[in-house]
Amino acid sequence: MLDASEGYVTPDGRQIGGVMMEMRNITLRFGGVVAIKDISFDIREGEIRAIIGPNGAGKSSMLNVISGFYNPQEGEVWFRGAKRPPMKPFQVARQGIARTFQNIALFEGMTVLDNVMTGRLTQMRSSIWAQALWWGSAEREETENRAHVERVIDFLEIQSIRKTPVGRLPYGLKKRVELARALAAEPKLLLLDEPMAGMNVEEKEDMSRFILDVNDEFGTTIALIEHDMGVVMDLSDRVVVMDYGKKIGDGTPDEVRKNQAVIDAYLGVAHD
Amino acid sequence: MPDQLLFAIEVTLNGLMAGVLYALVALGFVLIFKASGIFNYAQGVMALFAALTLVGIMEGQVPFSHLINAIFGTDVHHFAWEVPALLAILLTMTVMVALAWLVNTLIFRHLVGQEPIILFMATIGLAYFLEGFGDIMWGSDIKTLDVGLPQGLNESIDEFTFNLFGYGFFIDNLDIVATIIAAILVAALVAFSQYTKQGRALRAVADDHQAALSVGISLSFIWVLVWSIAGFVALVAGIMWGAKSGVQFSLSLIALKALPVLMLGGFTSIPGAIVGGLIIGVGEKLFEFLVGPLVGGATENWFAYVLALIFLVFRPQGLFGEKIIERV
Ligand SMILES: Nc1ncnc2c1ncn2[C@@H]1O[C@H](COP(=O)(O)OP(=O)(O)O)[C@@H](O)[C@H]1O
Ligand SMILES: [Mg+2]
Repeated sequence: MLDASEGYVTPDGRQIGGVMMEMRNITLRFGGVVAIKDISFDIREGEIRAIIGPNGAGKSSMLNVISGFYNPQEGEVWFRGAKRPPMKPFQVARQGIARTFQNIALFEGMTVLDNVMTGRLTQMRSSIWAQALWWGSAEREETENRAHVERVIDFLEIQSIRKTPVGRLPYGLKKRVELARALAAEPKLLLLDEPMAGMNVEEKEDMSRFILDVNDEFGTTIALIEHDMGVVMDLSDRVVVMDYGKKIGDGTPDEVRKNQAVIDAYLGVAHD
Repeated sequence: MPDQLLFAIEVTLNGLMAGVLYALVALGFVLIFKASGIFNYAQGVMALFAALTLVGIMEGQVPFSHLINAIFGTDVHHFAWEVPALLAILLTMTVMVALAWLVNTLIFRHLVGQEPIILFMATIGLAYFLEGFGDIMWGSDIKTLDVGLPQGLNESIDEFTFNLFGYGFFIDNLDIVATIIAAILVAALVAFSQYTKQGRALRAVADDHQAALSVGISLSFIWVLVWSIAGFVALVAGIMWGAKSGVQFSLSLIALKALPVLMLGGFTSIPGAIVGGLIIGVGEKLFEFLVGPLVGGATENWFAYVLALIFLVFRPQGLFGEKIIERV
C-alpha cells in the first residue's frame, strides 16, 4: 500500500497524500564521526512520521538536516517536488517548516505571548519602513497575528500563563510553549525533537493528544522523534528506525515491530 | 528662593539635558551588545566619522582628495556644489548603513561564536581603521558643522525665570533641541524594539540564536540592522556634539561618557541606559556645583567613573539587570 504515489489510507481512515519531503542518500559526518550514513526516506502530506532509535543513533542530526541546521556532505533533500539547494535554517523556516528542539530553545526573557508571536514572523509581510512608522498595513497585520496567536494559545490550553516570562515556567509547560511557537507559523511540516522527553505520564498524554489534534484539525504534516516505543506506535502512521547512523527499518508501526533488526537493536543493546 | 537652590535647579536642568544625550549614545552600545554580544569600542569613532561625512557632503568636499591629488597630480578639493543639510543627513545615513553592512559582512559574520574578548578586539581594530579612514576620506583638519540648529542663550526661559525668581536661567538653545531630538529618538527606539516585527526579531536574536533561526529570522539581517541603528545614533550624537564643539578627534571621546552609563544601567538594559544616562548627567553637574569648589573643580572628568565603580561593587548587574546567580 505504501507504493501508491498518490498516497494511502490509514487504518483509522485518514487520507495520506503524495510525497512532501524526500531525503535521498543523506550522509552527514562530524570529523571522524558518521552521524548519518546513506539514509533515504520520505514524508507524505498529512502524515505523522516518526523517527526512532537508541541514543546517539543520529535522529536529531536527521531533523537538523531537514531544518537546515546541518548541511549533509552527501545526498539530496527534495521538498514539494523540487531539489532543495543548501539553505540556512531561517530560509527553511520561511518555506513553512517549523520545529522544536530536544533541549528546548525558547526566548527565556520574553513572555509566553511574545515567544509565540515570534512564530508569526514568517507570516508578516509589511516592510521595515511600514513597521517603523506603524503605517496602514503594519497595524492591521499585528492585530491579525495577535488573533491567530491567541487561537493557538487557546488550542494548547496555555491561556493562564500568557504573560508569564518563559524562564519561570516548569519544563513540561516550556515544551508546550515551544510547540505553540512552532504552530503559530502555520507550518506545512512540523518537526518535533523528543516532544515528550522528561515528561510525566499525564503530560505525555496531553502532548500526544495535542499532536494528534494538530494533525487532525489543521492537516499539518508532522515528523517526530521519540524513543518511547509505546508512544510512537500509538501516534505515528509510519516509522523510520535508526541505529548507529544507519536506517534499519521503515514501515508501519506493526511492520517495524516485527522487524528482526529493530528488535535486536532495541533488545540486544542497553542503549537507553 | 535662595540663590543656591536656584543655581542647583539650573544645574540640574543642564544635567538632565546632558543626560539624555548620554543615554542616546549608551543606547547605541546596548543595542549592538544585546543582539550580538559585541561591545562596540568603535561607537565614538562612528560618531566622528558620521559627522565628518556630513560636513564633507554638505560642503561638497571631494572624498579622498589628498589621495587622488597625490596619485594623479591633480588639484581637486571641492565639487562645484553644496548640499542642503537635510539631504546631506540622508546621504550620510546611507553611508552609515553601507558601513553597517560592510562591518558585518567583512568582519563580524566571520567571528560568530568567538569569545567576547575577540569580538571586542575586533571593534578596537575597527575604531582605529575608521579613524584613519575618516582622515584619508575627508582630511584631518578641524571642521565646523552647522546644520541650522538654533544656538545660544534661550531668551524666553531666561526672561521667564527672571520674572519668576529674579534670576534668569542660562539654558542653551542647542541643548534644548538636542534634548528634544534625543528624547524622541530614545522613545522611538524603545517603541521600535517593543512593538514592531523587527524589534521583536531583534529581541529574539538577543535572547537565543538557535531559536531565532528556527522562527525564520536572518541573523545577518538583524546584525546589519543593529549596526545601522548604531550608525544612526552615532550620526545624531555627531551632529549635536559637532555643532557644539566642532568636528574633530575629541568628538569620538563622547563614547567614553557612555561607559559609566552602561556600568550603572547594565549593558543589556534599555531602560537602564536611559535612567543611567540621566543619573550621570545630573549627578556630575550637581557634584561639580556642590563639591567642585571644595576640591578645586574638574570633577566632571572622573565623577561618573567613580560613581559607576561604587555601583559595580554593590550591584554588578546594573540598575535593571537580573541578579546574577552562579549555577553550580
Ligand atoms: N554538532 C555536532 N558536532 C559533533 N558531533 C555531533 C554533533 N551533533 C551530533 N553529533 C554526533 O552525531 C551522533 C548522533 O547524534 P544525534 O543526532 O544527536 O543522536 P540522537 O538524536 O539519535 O540521540 C552522535 O555521535 C553525536 O555525538
Ligand atoms: Mg536527539
